[in-house]
Amino acid sequence: MYNMDHPVLELRGVSRHYPGHRAVDDVSLQLERGVLFTLLGPSGCGKTTTLRLIGGFESPTGGEILLNGARIDARKPYHRNVSTVFQNYALFPHLSAGENIAFGLRRRGARDLERRLAAVVELVQLAGKESRRPAQLSGGERQRVALARSLVLEPDVLLLDEPLSALDPKLRRQVREELKSLQRRVGITFLLVTHDQEEALSLSDRIAVMNRGRLEQVGTPEEVYLKPRTRFVAGFLGAVNWIDDVGVRPEATRISAAPPGPEVRSVAATVESSVFLGHCLQVRARLADGAAVVSEISRLGGSFRDGEAVHLWWRPQDELRLPTETE
Amino acid sequence: MTRLRLLFLAPSAVLLAVLLAAPIAIVAVSSALTRGTYGGLGLPWTIENYARLLDPLYAWILLRSAALAGAATLLCLLVGFPMALFLTRAGRRRNLCLCLVMLPFWTSFLVRTYAWMFLLRDTGLVNTVLQSVGLIRDPLPLLYNDGAVVLGLVYGYLPFMILPIYAALERLDPSLAEASADLGARPWTTVTLVLAPLAWPGILAGCLLVFIPCLGAYLTPDLLGGGKSVMVGNLVQNQFTNARDWPFGSAVSVALLALVMLLLLTLLRRRAEELL
Amino acid sequence: MSRPLALYAAGVYAFLHLPLVALGAFSFNSSRFTVWEGFSLEWYRALWRDPALAEAAWNSLHIALAATAVATVLGTLCAYGLWKRASGWFSATLYLSLVTPEIVMGISLLAFYQYLFRFLDVRLGMHTVILAHVVFCLAYVVLVVLARLRTLDPHLEEAAMDLGAGEFEAFRRVTLPLAMPGIGAAALLAFTISFDDYVITSLVAGVDSETLPMMIYAMARRGANPVVNAISSLIVFGLGALILVAERLRES
Repeated sequence: MYNMDHPVLELRGVSRHYPGHRAVDDVSLQLERGVLFTLLGPSGCGKTTTLRLIGGFESPTGGEILLNGARIDARKPYHRNVSTVFQNYALFPHLSAGENIAFGLRRRGARDLERRLAAVVELVQLAGKESRRPAQLSGGERQRVALARSLVLEPDVLLLDEPLSALDPKLRRQVREELKSLQRRVGITFLLVTHDQEEALSLSDRIAVMNRGRLEQVGTPEEVYLKPRTRFVAGFLGAVNWIDDVGVRPEATRISAAPPGPEVRSVAATVESSVFLGHCLQVRARLADGAAVVSEISRLGGSFRDGEAVHLWWRPQDELRLPTETE
Repeated sequence: MTRLRLLFLAPSAVLLAVLLAAPIAIVAVSSALTRGTYGGLGLPWTIENYARLLDPLYAWILLRSAALAGAATLLCLLVGFPMALFLTRAGRRRNLCLCLVMLPFWTSFLVRTYAWMFLLRDTGLVNTVLQSVGLIRDPLPLLYNDGAVVLGLVYGYLPFMILPIYAALERLDPSLAEASADLGARPWTTVTLVLAPLAWPGILAGCLLVFIPCLGAYLTPDLLGGGKSVMVGNLVQNQFTNARDWPFGSAVSVALLALVMLLLLTLLRRRAEELL
Repeated sequence: MSRPLALYAAGVYAFLHLPLVALGAFSFNSSRFTVWEGFSLEWYRALWRDPALAEAAWNSLHIALAATAVATVLGTLCAYGLWKRASGWFSATLYLSLVTPEIVMGISLLAFYQYLFRFLDVRLGMHTVILAHVVFCLAYVVLVVLARLRTLDPHLEEAAMDLGAGEFEAFRRVTLPLAMPGIGAAALLAFTISFDDYVITSLVAGVDSETLPMMIYAMARRGANPVVNAISSLIVFGLGALILVAERLRES
């Protein structure tokens, strides 16, 4: 049944153009089975549109979408073996949690409905709450109903639209870990969309960074963070200081009063302010040419007075040499 | 998704085409024909019927209708605006207060018009009460005149003025009124210089929503005006029944409908109401 | 809330409600004059005994039920279609049916029917009235149901299709049940409007289809008649109760 020769989901040059606006522009992706893949980008970059194209709620204006090697871009949502968890969950308010979860199974006329229902309820830890209406459940519980509703159908790919954004900030970290372990347990390919880079980095096996409808880079979290291919990717995944056309992340910099050795690169700087952030010291300094730099150093490296002249240095291997964006 | 949608819209489309568009088209066509010998329709084609509208007799009726509708609209505005203001300050009882305003309107227009006949007749309640208290000796002729018609129109369409104004006031930032007071404006000034201008779309909507039906009113001038307060609606009805002059009646109808549609366009252009 | 405004509001409420209250009160007056002479159910008894009135009431009920049923079904489907994607033409036509003065709608239907009777062998009767009522009730149904549909999450139908339901099934199992309160309210509204109609009905009714409003109109025209007070009160309070139920449904 599973065709091991093909990636489970493939996008070939997929585009969604509107008059005057290219929401998705020539996007090509391949997802392996069982991976937790994230589409990361700022709002308006086309990630949600891409998700909707895969789900079948919009049609591509160009390109192909293949699921297990077969083209699905002409099929309606109910004929695709992918399932979507919507941003606000879209739970049917007039049905109980259990009825919501059973909905897709009933459409298919599944014979072992009761058993599968019980299994998935157990999986998402909602046992005992099946008879409640969505309005009577907490935000986290509603998300689990939405997950269960889609997972019980065993889709080839589960699509999640900003799954953590509707949740309480305090809840997010916990749910993030639960989501990751859930994915590991069921082994289904997850395609997640988010604008939060911390979320993407902590959850994903692979990340695709999007900007203005186009893919900027695809890679593992380490690859996109440490070896960004464009300045946009570098800046979106974390903070970057651009010193004379060379990029250095704040946490890769060090500060010392005395000049460092020749094996590292350094510049002269004047400390402007220091902020104690708890896990690090954030120092703002100004270079001779007036450029501002932010440095995040360990507290154990000493402290510096405002106005002090210091040396800011970093290892060559931590440099990001990337061309400026050509518009 | 479009096939289902077209299927769903089709029956209504057919209904509206056959029973709304076609009849109106027939009336439009009739307005250019001539009255037959026995009151039917016949050729030749003519613009005579529209020319007759400019006849002082009929032009006067059109102007009267506009004037009466205008008077009713103005009264509705004066009476309705403070009421809308009251509703915005009704607090927790708001829904109840709103309901009490709307409820009479949705019962029976006919009965509500008749109720004023009951009150204003020579032997009606008002006269009886005034006579029994000794304020008057002979009954006052309160019914069967323009005043009674305007009163009936105001009574009938007041909620149509109150609701849009209320909706517009409701949407205003409450801190605007507070700022106005903070800067020294008395309540009356706040209302006239701050609230009313900002609620202008609602006021416009209310005026049009009252004026349009008042212009085409038939029942109210018929019952409360007797034969003496003829509005356009009565003219049309007369042409189609007693006078049996269908072409002319059609011309009057077309003129009325055209005017009403023009007013509706104004309403929709200003985005004052987007219901459908 | 200032005192004057509250008093003013009380005055307006009095203006709106007292005429009907007075009508209702005097329907229990034992005398036929507007001087209170004692409580009596005489006029209600007269209503009960009048066969013409009973027939008119029955006609009104029949017409209203039939027109409501058709208008509600058609209107709900129409509202759904417009909710999915707006149509300028359609909305314009519905607006037209709302703003067209009743007298114009009535005479145009009369002209239409007369034209039709040259080709088909039908006369003015119950069906002509019912069809006319469906036309003018339709826009109100669409208005109420569309307002209700707009409160629904548009993703719900997408979710249903995502889970395997076809378009019609998504409508039937998700949208329709959630729109029910609005549909119910729309039906009650249509009933009220149809039951109360005089102008259009009087123009397109046949000899055998006299309705209650037509009778009331005739009686009102003839002069003071306490029986009119009784029937009027019944109508107002009956329809008023229906509207209250409709409001409850609309807000649920």
